Amino acid sequence: MSDLQSVSLPGYVRALNRALHAEMAADDSVFVIGEDVRVGASGVTAGLVPQFGTERVLDTPLSEQSFTSFGTGAAMVGRRPVIEFQISSLLYLVFEQIVNQAHKFSLMTGGQVHVPVTYMVSGSGSRCGWAGQHSDSPYSLLAHAGIKTLVPSRPEDAYGLLRSAVRDPDPVAVFAPSALMEAADVADSGEEEVVPLGEANVLREGDDLTVVAVGQHVGTALEVAESLADQVEVEVIDPRTVYPFDWQRLGKSVNKTGRLVVIDDSNRMCGLGAEIIATAAEEFDLLAPPKRVSRPDGAVIPYALALDQELVSGTERLTKAIRAALM
Amino acid sequence: MKLIREFEERCLEMAIAGEIIGGIHPYIGQEAVAVGVCSNLTERDFITSTHRGHGHVLAKGADPRRLLAELLGTLEGFNKGRGGSMHAADIELGILGANGIVGAGGAIGTGAAWVAKDRGSSDVVISFFGDGAMSQGVLLEAFNLAAIWSLPVLFVCENNMYATSLKVESGLAGNAARRAEGFGLVARTVDGMDVESVASTAGELIERCRENKGPAFLECSTYRFFEHHSILEQLGVGFRDPDEIASWRKRDPILSLGKQLSDAAVAEIDEDVKGKIDEAVDFARNAAPPDPKDALMYLYSGEVAVRPGVIL
Ligand SMILES: Cc1ncc(C[n+]2csc(CCOP(=O)(O)OP(=O)(O)O)c2C)c(N)n1
Repeated sequence: MSDLQSVSLPGYVRALNRALHAEMAADDSVFVIGEDVRVGASGVTAGLVPQFGTERVLDTPLSEQSFTSFGTGAAMVGRRPVIEFQISSLLYLVFEQIVNQAHKFSLMTGGQVHVPVTYMVSGSGSRCGWAGQHSDSPYSLLAHAGIKTLVPSRPEDAYGLLRSAVRDPDPVAVFAPSALMEAADVADSGEEEVVPLGEANVLREGDDLTVVAVGQHVGTALEVAESLADQVEVEVIDPRTVYPFDWQRLGKSVNKTGRLVVIDDSNRMCGLGAEIIATAAEEFDLLAPPKRVSRPDGAVIPYALALDQELVSGTERLTKAIRAALM
Repeated sequence: MKLIREFEERCLEMAIAGEIIGGIHPYIGQEAVAVGVCSNLTERDFITSTHRGHGHVLAKGADPRRLLAELLGTLEGFNKGRGGSMHAADIELGILGANGIVGAGGAIGTGAAWVAKDRGSSDVVISFFGDGAMSQGVLLEAFNLAAIWSLPVLFVCENNMYATSLKVESGLAGNAARRAEGFGLVARTVDGMDVESVASTAGELIERCRENKGPAFLECSTYRFFEHHSILEQLGVGFRDPDEIASWRKRDPILSLGKQLSDAAVAEIDEDVKGKIDEAVDFARNAAPPDPKDALMYLYSGEVAVRPGVIL
């Protein structure tokens, strides 16, 4: 398999790529569809054509709405499509096809059909210099609508969660953050574990404060936790699956630490952070007001690098939020 | 056709009476299209349907008792009361669902057609839609996909001259069939009030699809005798010229066909259909309602812990 991946892929992309190879080999009903997937323009689908042929790797015209519902139709009659979207914002074009069609069929038909489609969002979040229409992280929208939504933060999760997504009987969206896909220093461990949906991962244990971090911000959180290690013991939780969310694991942590900070790449208003904090306020034992670190309300990422970076959070803001939550 | 007519007339009464909640989009007047097209299909072929879908569903062979049971929101309905009029689906019969979003079925049907072809079967997909759907981008994208991949799908445009109140000439630039030809589809236009010409032309196009000659497009000129939705009927609101309606009613496909049969044969069909509909009404009225605590059943295929809206 590896000799087919002649291009040297960054670790995170390579993990996604391995997962697709593995699922296609395991199940003939899996096929990949999207724009430039045969050449593997994003890297995620590299090497699939020589292995599985053009009948199972379909290049589409630039028709997101029709190929998204095409996936629904194919899934309804027995196939497992993996649809790759080149840009996260393209999800806005196909909200109707995902949220209003694919997601609703199971309930509306009284369980007569399932729609096992995977939406592979190759590259969400800022790409530094790609500006307004290529820098969003719209996973909160899909979670709000009830689409199973994953944001893996490590190559082993990217591998294991994508495999679970493809096997899942319902529509599942997998957001691969650009920052991670492009990171040259992230290595793929070559692990083969399948990661089940809905299980959070505790990446660092601590008794004083819980940080929930999503996607590329898991790295931010680990870095900050380390830098504050002499002052405070931070527990870092990566939900991995944004929806359904592992509330139990979070509750266990927050009930232990009593303090909570959330960092993610959503816009603030109605973003994922809002849901996590609301739930914690309703259900968990908090000692102090929780804090969230997010993009501003309704943010549109500007082009100039300094402006882009101003809106996308990092270690500094998280450190401040942690200090505030410790007051 | 008579079965659809009688079914729809009964539904219209039940909708106006409030027994069918949400109302219906009556298909009355357009029966020759569904019946003509579906007379060429087997149980293995697929259809996608529209908000005005009862005719297509029945013509594909669905049990009227279970369709009515669905409209009454009961567990005996195809969708166990979760879908209603605009989502009626019988997957075993290849009915991939009526659809409440105009133009949505075309791309879904195209995906199913790809699978049928990929399996090496000669099964085909029929996607029904109205003239209004011809302005939906996703449908035009689906024509393109179906054509470049040479998929066995017949797109059937039921041009009943109106999209709710919008006249076709105000909504559709150019001509539906010529548009489809622009995508490389073989396209025909037929008199949608004449079941035999619909059946024979659809038959030819479906045969082409079965022989792997690519997708096709059939425009049927037709007319709905009632208003867009039963609510309008209920309110007595009409958008169309009564003379226009009267002139189309003279071309009623069921009356025309009836003239070719003996009085005795017509009486026999009428009797038979009435019995079936009475039976469907009885069946549906006696069917069990779903349990409110199961309101989100079937949302996901497996166990997903959906949190309630209120956590106390
Ligand atoms: C995309 C979309 N826009 C608007 C509506 C509201 N709507 C429902 S039916 C209809 C008219 C559809 O006209 P046509 O496609 O010609 O079908 P007909 O009702 O004539 O059978 C409209 C506007 C909708 N359901 N979907």
